[in-house]
Amino acid sequence: MLKVHRDICGYCGCCVSVCPEGALELIDAYLCVEKICTSCGICAKVCPLGALEVVDEKPL
Amino acid sequence: MKSHYNLLVVGGGPAGAIAARTAAHQGLSSCLVEKRPAIGAPIRCAEGIGREALTEFVKPDERWISAEMKGAAIVAPDGTMMKLESGFAGNKVGYILDRKVFDRELVWQAAEAGSDVAVKTRAAAPIMEDGVVKGAKVEYCGKVSNITADVVIAADGVESKFARWCGIDTTVPVREIMSGAQYVLTDIEIDPHSTIFYLGSRVAPEGYLWVFPKGKRSANVGIGISGKKSGSGHRAKDYLDRFVEKTFPKGKPIEFIVGGVSVCRPLECTVADGLIITGDAARVVDPLTGGGIYNAMFTGRLASQVAADCIAKGDTGKGALMAYDAGWRTSKMGKSIERNYHIKEYLIRLSDEKLNAIIHSAAQLKLSEFSTFTLIKELMKVNPKLVIELGALAASLR
Repeated sequence: MLKVHRDICGYCGCCVSVCPEGALELIDAYLCVEKICTSCGICAKVCPLGALEVVDEKPL
Repeated sequence: MKSHYNLLVVGGGPAGAIAARTAAHQGLSSCLVEKRPAIGAPIRCAEGIGREALTEFVKPDERWISAEMKGAAIVAPDGTMMKLESGFAGNKVGYILDRKVFDRELVWQAAEAGSDVAVKTRAAAPIMEDGVVKGAKVEYCGKVSNITADVVIAADGVESKFARWCGIDTTVPVREIMSGAQYVLTDIEIDPHSTIFYLGSRVAPEGYLWVFPKGKRSANVGIGISGKKSGSGHRAKDYLDRFVEKTFPKGKPIEFIVGGVSVCRPLECTVADGLIITGDAARVVDPLTGGGIYNAMFTGRLASQVAADCIAKGDTGKGALMAYDAGWRTSKMGKSIERNYHIKEYLIRLSDEKLNAIIHSAAQLKLSEFSTFTLIKELMKVNPKLVIELGALAASLR
């Protein structure tokens, strides 16, 4: 799954523009990830700050 | 805020503001909604614009002009600097804006002309009827309301969602997103009237690094690198920090921003039934420079002009709105995007050595008029080895 490191995120929307699924949305200073995210990692690659990370899904 | 307008404008940047202002001037009722709580903040921009480009839309005002530019310089990967001076000594060729104030000024002008404006108001979904865009569901502080409109103008920037919700694929290819970062650095030694562009795979892979003066001792120092070249340990911020540490070790940052700039071709189609897409959302950024302010204002104005025409004729379907799409594509701006896309594609494929060779040659030229054509022509004279490649580029530009 996609993890947003909110302490790093600069809420710029760069990731939103490259998401092939349209799964990301920037609501002011808050990046939302929708369930349709496929964890492809494209957003994590282009992020200018490294605020996004694809991590193994671990059920709680 | 009313429940129906002729035009609903989504986004309060330069595209949306000029669209709303133009709409009001055309006698249309219009409402501009901005999702952020303040117009103009945060800025995602290096803030440069040409003098003529700016004055086509608004009279320059010192309240939102940070610095006047008289020249530019390009630094080759090996450090060679090529200076480009304005044709006429002392002539202002461009400005570095203060976008926080500039954007407010444009929205203020839209409001003064008669447009409604709402901030912290997010277009959360389009209202669609039989595939036709009829307005938007908007949220303000937890309150949801429906605003219907004859035409919706999507001016929601690089992180555009509206057009996508209406069924248009707006995805920017990874290799064509510029991943960017920028400091406003102060207390640094700079030429306050010249921009500097640094090129090279080690400085800014498939992009460039810029120093755009904001005053005597401060500048926007920023970078854009291709999304393809970005990754853990080598992101825009990593390249920028390395440069700043080396070049301006004593500079003090008073602002740090990040952002994405598309350098792809514009959307295949920038209209749908009841919808017009403008500015960064339409991906009409200049692919060579990454500059988007002028193109945003240009498309914003044209969008409202075409919308006004179509509303008057009672047809706001895709076919009628296509006048907008065709209009900007055949304009000087549209042609310049297409031409600069070819130049960008050529430049990003050059090795640092080639880039050095070109800049060495160009540095010897004394050009009074700086156009792409004269530069290529002159370069071919000076550096015959480049003839084949530059010839191919010149051919692709015709």
